[in-house]
Amino acid sequence: MKPETKCWRNDAHAKVTGKAKFADDMKFANVLHAAPVYSDFVHARILSIDTSAAEKVPGVIRVLTAKDVPGENRFGQIIRDYRIFADDKIRYHGDVVALIVAETREIAIHAVLLVKVNAESMPAVLDPEAAMLSDAPLVHENHGSNIVNKHVVRRGNVDEGFRQADFIIEEKFQTQTIEHAYMETEAAVCVPRSTDGIIEIYGSMQHPFSTRRFVAACLGVTLSEVEVIGTPMGGGFGGKDDTAAVVCARVALAAKLLGRPVKMVYRRDWSMRESYKRHPYRVSYKMGVTKAGRITAVQCRIVADGGAYCSVTPWVTWRSTVQCCGPYVVENVHCDTFGVYTNNVVAGAMRGFGSPQVNFMIEQLVEMAAAKIGISGIEFRRRNMVRQGSITITGQKLDGHNVAMEQVLDTVLREMDYEKKLARCAHGKADSDELYGIGLAMSYRGVSLGAEGVDFCAALINAQPDGSILLETGMHENGQGMESAMCLICAEELGVDVNRIRYRRSSTSSIPDSGTTVASRGTIMGGGATALAARELKKKIAEAFCDKLHCTPDEVRFRDDFVYGKSDAGRIPFAQAMRQMWAMQRFPFALGTFKAPRVSWDEHTGQGDAYFTWVYACQAVELIVNKKTGKVKLLKAIASHDVGRAVNPEMVRGQIYGGMAMSAGYALHEEVKAPGGRMTTLNLNTYRIPRSLDIPEMKVIIVENPDPVSPTGAKSIGEPANEILAPAIANAIFNATGVRHFSLPIKLGALSEPTACEEGCQ
Amino acid sequence: MKLFVNRKEIEVPASSLQKRIVEFLREDLDLTGAKNACDIGACGACTILVNDEPMRICIKLVKDFAGARILTIEGLAAPDGTLHPLQQAFVDCGAIQCGYCTPGMVLTAHAFLLKNPRPTRDQIRQAIFKNLCRCTGYQQIIDAIEQAAPHYRGDGCGLQAAKKSGKPTTEKRPDI
Repeated sequence: MKPETKCWRNDAHAKVTGKAKFADDMKFANVLHAAPVYSDFVHARILSIDTSAAEKVPGVIRVLTAKDVPGENRFGQIIRDYRIFADDKIRYHGDVVALIVAETREIAIHAVLLVKVNAESMPAVLDPEAAMLSDAPLVHENHGSNIVNKHVVRRGNVDEGFRQADFIIEEKFQTQTIEHAYMETEAAVCVPRSTDGIIEIYGSMQHPFSTRRFVAACLGVTLSEVEVIGTPMGGGFGGKDDTAAVVCARVALAAKLLGRPVKMVYRRDWSMRESYKRHPYRVSYKMGVTKAGRITAVQCRIVADGGAYCSVTPWVTWRSTVQCCGPYVVENVHCDTFGVYTNNVVAGAMRGFGSPQVNFMIEQLVEMAAAKIGISGIEFRRRNMVRQGSITITGQKLDGHNVAMEQVLDTVLREMDYEKKLARCAHGKADSDELYGIGLAMSYRGVSLGAEGVDFCAALINAQPDGSILLETGMHENGQGMESAMCLICAEELGVDVNRIRYRRSSTSSIPDSGTTVASRGTIMGGGATALAARELKKKIAEAFCDKLHCTPDEVRFRDDFVYGKSDAGRIPFAQAMRQMWAMQRFPFALGTFKAPRVSWDEHTGQGDAYFTWVYACQAVELIVNKKTGKVKLLKAIASHDVGRAVNPEMVRGQIYGGMAMSAGYALHEEVKAPGGRMTTLNLNTYRIPRSLDIPEMKVIIVENPDPVSPTGAKSIGEPANEILAPAIANAIFNATGVRHFSLPIKLGALSEPTACEEGCQ
Repeated sequence: MKLFVNRKEIEVPASSLQKRIVEFLREDLDLTGAKNACDIGACGACTILVNDEPMRICIKLVKDFAGARILTIEGLAAPDGTLHPLQQAFVDCGAIQCGYCTPGMVLTAHAFLLKNPRPTRDQIRQAIFKNLCRCTGYQQIIDAIEQAAPHYRGDGCGLQAAKKSGKPTTEKRPDI
């Protein structure tokens, strides 16, 4: 464990004084404002869009529709089905048909009401199972069916596995649609640069490079003609990927066509209505177990509602597939996973990325199996969990890193005094109205993108002649503290005071495209690149000074702001060394590239080395259920995570606390409601994210097993933190009430009607 | 109409009286710390102090603030830029991630500690429950408010305790 340390963040001062300028805080002369136009259709063929009345409003400069897009109107990271503006059909209630550009935001919003969409309504398909039937209305006719993708795992022989089982457990689960609810809505300011016509983009997004790609394609210009400039961002949680890019593309189009800066800041209801969500899942599981407490087989069928566009549904459902059996060794697995188009709100990336859904299920199933056999859930987990050298359900041998599953479990059990408290659980029986329960859940998680895609990252270190240092990586500051972590890694590698380092304001024009800041890959990929760049820089410095220091380049050391030779006697202050390098005509400049180690995947068998390394986590929660009201009060939560190495421990804790809170919301409150495909939860009064009073005191235990494949030893924390408190809560509620809940959010009514006598009558 | 914003007297032009005050602060005075995150008073990101009381201002008009004493996040640090002990505590405790809720959260906590400088953690939790944060799970925000509380104690006991524990401190009760 790390000692308590003060937190270090390069942006904390600006944020705590209100000086940090988010996209909406930025001011540009001569700026225009934009607002999106939606229609009231859920599924319809567009006949015409009449913008004439809106165009006549004084102050309206232009109304843009699909016909104004000079380049590609369709984009997507996997399938190019997402429209900048709806062109042929409206496929969900959040489809944008036009953009009003006006002198003020008020005028733009007023004019929205005057756009008339003439469309022929079509039958909407809102149920993902119905959407898979051959006679279902097609969301995308040219796709041929509503099935976006299918993934499988075929391992061993499940029939044989079920024959070996003493018990078979079958259960159906479902999870709800949830919203990221970043505090800052989507926002973009696009500025056509007068000197060279390049479009500068300041916006709230976690993927400057894919934004640039989509904007360039939309405008029909090259990548070098669009520059996305890093802007403080008010939270993303996976949600500022596709929608944020399309918001930028619309604004960039307006700026390009009109030759003026254009700003669009989403109103909360636009954000809720249009932005993609976490996929709702329907899953049926069948698990075979022996009396000895071993899982012999798992069969599951996963259906994910991807909504109207593909987004990253194939990747989200791929992670669910790889992790469908949780952190357990199962030799016979048959998993079919489907991503499905419907006319519901689009589903895409959200923190967890396909794991919160399956973890909610599998972590209850193992407890149900344990109960059937008559052993504790802990003991059942111990008999089946992955250990050093275990083979996963996709045939990957877990070695090359420390498999810390049991270590994190044991830490939680000890810190929580778990097994003692487990004996106190009410199981539905209590003298008072308060039913006590404790529960836990655990997971393993593949780090970074895995076999989803290309995974590499760049970092640039440019030391200055006065000893100050400029650092930039291809990762993005989402609010998580990425820049601070990179500065700390750079300082440690170079043996210098972190205050020497300034993180450069990032720009897609100055650093190679390193992919998006998702998949909990910031610290491992960006940090890896930073460490490698620092090592390259040290090599250059060592070569420059080894003669002076009377040693070989390999013997040069860096610490305490000095460059040392073999002994402590000869040393050069870092700043002086940088000045001298300038005089020697050697640039203290280095590029580091960290490439993810090899992964593999066979789509037909669902076998392969899915991820290059894994992280391990366990979380537990104590709670009370009120028998009369069904209200759940969380008392205490604890988390133990192996993060490889904690670069900025206070921020690691922050990720875990925040992830647990978000997972508590997933378990108990949060739900996007859209009867008939029309969303009703359009603001933070009706969409209820956890408030301070909903969240208990939390404790975090950081386990550090530096990972050999990571140049810094550090791995991931953003998403692992957000994937298991919901099942821990479900297990605790079971232990409190004796009732299992198979769908999210968990809704408890009154558990038993009070009798007349209990009410005090004679 | 006059307003006192961060100890400065502001003459409000008649043309601004019907504006939402959050827009007046953000656009006319360039005090962009207060954020518009919901426009309906549901999230607390626009919270400022009006005569020492926290107020969510995204739904309020300028004309309703005649003569009011307003403190925004920009006015909390000392004129020389030294952070207020509460701000320093937010920095030290890791209470800041994306930072979008931070100004409203800090000001809500400031008003609370002025009234209750010896709060329990449950009272702190109660005090900030109208301010939404999606990043932190509130834990380190509560830590920060608890850590700053001694600085608000008029009797000096708290200050000494804080000094002993090596935490940053100021000599007198901060005023606004």
